[in-house]
Amino acid sequence: MIDLLASALIASGLFFYFAGTVGLLRLPDTLCRLHAVTKADNLGLGLLVFGLVLQLNDPLSMLKLLLIWILVLAASAAGGQLIARHVQHEKADPS
Amino acid sequence: MTLDALFILDALLAALLLMLAVAALHAHSLRQSIILFIVFGLVTALAWARLKAPDVALAEAAIGSGVAGALLLAAIRERRPGSKASTRQNRPAWQVLTVTYLVIGLTLTASWAFLDAQANQSGLRLGELVQAELANSGVSNPVTAVLLNFRAFDTLLELAVLFAALLGVLVLGPARPAPRGASPVVSHLVAWLTPLLIITAGYLLWVGAHAPGGAFQAGALLAAVGIIVRLSGSPNSGLPSGIWMRLMAVGGCGVFLFVGIASMGGDASLLQYPAGWASILILLIEVFATLSIAASLLLVYLGGQPAAWVSDKERGHA
Repeated sequence: MIDLLASALIASGLFFYFAGTVGLLRLPDTLCRLHAVTKADNLGLGLLVFGLVLQLNDPLSMLKLLLIWILVLAASAAGGQLIARHVQHEKADPS
Repeated sequence: MTLDALFILDALLAALLLMLAVAALHAHSLRQSIILFIVFGLVTALAWARLKAPDVALAEAAIGSGVAGALLLAAIRERRPGSKASTRQNRPAWQVLTVTYLVIGLTLTASWAFLDAQANQSGLRLGELVQAELANSGVSNPVTAVLLNFRAFDTLLELAVLFAALLGVLVLGPARPAPRGASPVVSHLVAWLTPLLIITAGYLLWVGAHAPGGAFQAGALLAAVGIIVRLSGSPNSGLPSGIWMRLMAVGGCGVFLFVGIASMGGDASLLQYPAGWASILILLIEVFATLSIAASLLLVYLGGQPAAWVSDKERGHA
């Protein structure tokens, strides 16, 4: 039962990665692509991590995986904001 | 050779590395080349991990990809308009390309020869010797045993090379001014990440005695902390000032040399640690080496004398 749930979580995580990658390749401008990548990768990684956590017995390893997810969330949110800010600047002052 | 999932993964990694190398050489702009180079470093780290060399993988990810990438990006931002570097056509000259492809060919041939030698079990093997003597080294991670005990002299010279590089950077004059106007998002992220990264560097240093890690990885991580602290607008990158800064820079080489000479005497030669003391001496050397490596890499990133090099008192006189 737990294995089934874990597989479902991991599979849906992979789907979000796939969707994010397609978005990165197909969407028209930087902001749209950013939206696709940050949203999809955060959620994809989250689902992946929760799927993997279900398969572990050791609480320390679970904590490590969750910590990795939180760090990626923070870095990706800040990175996304920075890239968006850069795009705004370039729009305001195209030089 | 069976065609299993891991073999496919390795083949993909190898192909990806070659493609990234070619893409980095032929990118439209220098910036693109640098970003491809950073990705190349990360994939190389994965390849090292697959080759069961986690120590090298950590060093590659931290130094080869992280610090070197930051250094290249800073260098490209600093190019003055109209300087030779920016008017030059961005694509490398054919001579550079030819040499690079020859080197790639040579590397492939060498790896072929290496695989061949491995398959035939020929040549001298030092791994078994290291394993046999590991119990006497004071640490249980064979890589640290080699770096800090069996071949400590090589590591001492490496630290001396880093120190020489640091002196070279200091000759270049004052460092570039720190970037201004960091967004509050960055400042908060940095404030949040800095303690975590310092703890991780301490962990890497400590764990180096019995698992992958050690002074170089920890030092590179500390240097990375300095780089992000600077990017958030701090002019000193968190470096101490005046005499502490000097001690930090010279400490790695100095303590190493001091321990090496102090352990001489009787029939012991240079860097032959007294029996029973190896663990604590290696830890001592590594602590100072970590600080020196961090200071050197950070100074190379700053590209000159940081404000911290001059103490507040000296600045008052100037």
